[in-house]
Amino acid sequence: MLEAPAIAALTILVLALFVGVEVISKVPPLLHTPLMSGSNAISGITIVGAILAAGTEHAALAKWLGFAAIVFAMINVVGGFLVTNRMLAMFKPKDRKAD
Amino acid sequence: MTTTLIQLAYLIAAVLFILGLRNLSSPKTASLGNVMSAVGMLIAIVATLLYQEVVDYGMVIAGILVGSVIGLVAARRVAMTDMPQMVALLNGFGGAASTLVAGAEVIGRISTDQPPTGVVPIAVVLSVLIGGITLTGSLVAFAKLQELMTGSPIQYPGQQFINAAIALGTLALCVLLVMSPLDVGLLAAVAGAALLLGVLLVIPIGGADMPVVIALLNSYSGLAACATGFVLDNSALVISGSLVGASGLILTKIMCDAMNRSLGNVLFGAFGAQTEQAVVGGEDQGTATAYTPLDAAVIFSNAQSVVVVPGYGMAVAQAQHAVRELTDSLAESGIEVNFAIHPVAGRMPGHMNVLLAEADVPYDRLIEMDEINPQFPETDVVLVLGANDVVNPAAREDESSPIYGMPVLEVDKATHVFVIKRSMNPGFAGIQNPLFFKDNTMMIFGDAKKVVIELNDAIKNY
Repeated sequence: MLEAPAIAALTILVLALFVGVEVISKVPPLLHTPLMSGSNAISGITIVGAILAAGTEHAALAKWLGFAAIVFAMINVVGGFLVTNRMLAMFKPKDRKAD
Repeated sequence: MTTTLIQLAYLIAAVLFILGLRNLSSPKTASLGNVMSAVGMLIAIVATLLYQEVVDYGMVIAGILVGSVIGLVAARRVAMTDMPQMVALLNGFGGAASTLVAGAEVIGRISTDQPPTGVVPIAVVLSVLIGGITLTGSLVAFAKLQELMTGSPIQYPGQQFINAAIALGTLALCVLLVMSPLDVGLLAAVAGAALLLGVLLVIPIGGADMPVVIALLNSYSGLAACATGFVLDNSALVISGSLVGASGLILTKIMCDAMNRSLGNVLFGAFGAQTEQAVVGGEDQGTATAYTPLDAAVIFSNAQSVVVVPGYGMAVAQAQHAVRELTDSLAESGIEVNFAIHPVAGRMPGHMNVLLAEADVPYDRLIEMDEINPQFPETDVVLVLGANDVVNPAAREDESSPIYGMPVLEVDKATHVFVIKRSMNPGFAGIQNPLFFKDNTMMIFGDAKKVVIELNDAIKNY
């Protein structure tokens, strides 16, 4: 019923979910906000699909949808990583006194 | 570059994402982790640009530039107190991108007359559906958090019935689209229905439940990317999307557990709407006693250990820097000061930690609930700052309370409790708080920031 590429993708999906659960469970509540903004930036990986949609030679409407997708995904990627970076730079241990 | 090399680049990107997320397990390595994820993304983007099919670079580069500039400005300008809105908006944009990519794929296939086969039609429908719900759901969450609209649940007669009917209609449209995947009209209808559902599902959810909604939308943005990965048969999207999906689901579960409520109850319970009913239940509880910052200064100065419990009120009053100065004064007098952080304090997971980190409070002073609860009986003074439901002893003692069973910070076990609050109005969930009427509780009424500054001055002059 499912062809080989679909089975391969499904396998990857299930394994990645397990990896995700294992890795994310170890993130302390202290860093839950940077985790959300950082993982959000990772979900900007849709940029890959957006580039293919906008850059390939096909219907004009499809290219414009791809262009809009690039803009949204790129806001996600750049905004997400930078804001995460800003937040993480603030988390300091006690021995480092700023003044 | 051949397709094989591009696929290998995607694999490297995926590994970097996983390592990046793993480094978030400690604040010491977290910044490095974020850089690793960003490098992974850069590799994925560059590799994609090298695909042979990508010929129109003008459009691609223009899109990348526009998006990067907007993202850069937004990330630089946003205030730490506005972080929940920022995260909500970014979730929504992720959903929008997935919907648009799936739409572009369908329209591209129509122009070349290549009907999708196998799982692709189902994946297209899921991308458009989840992405659309994520987009408008996030925009409503953003509007609520930014106070562009009321933070209270919006309800109307027959709401659940109407929502269920629309959901069923959407499901029917989805099935039709799977059967004729190249029908543009149906595609637009599914997208429209998804956008409508996103709005309808989030408007009945109250502000205090926003941590769950944001975590869930975070998960959706990942799942939408994952579905888009199936549309394009691209493993980079499948892996990254499922990592984010798993992350959001775990956070959603943690938030629900911290409120002792099921996800269904949070989404459809319209918590905080039955205000009147709940307040009537809390009839005569005694009298709350009002004190001044000067009174409080005497008790603070004689304390050995102080625990500060921040809540959403601290964020609203922007009081985090004033609190830091207060705790510095206390620490200079040799008083041990810690912060007790409830998982759902604020409007998103980790909200209080970010605000206090911004105010330069060292992260090892931010103590999680399970760790600090046993310490309250030995604590001299607790300062509750803009927190309410998360310190409500009714959650432990009053079986008729709507929040009975929710794990709370047991501040009433400390010797003295000071509660800084604007007025005696019940909190966001509309539930009366017996803590305010306990013998060892002293209320200080006023703006959180103003009171903290006055308290600090009084302690310095004591």
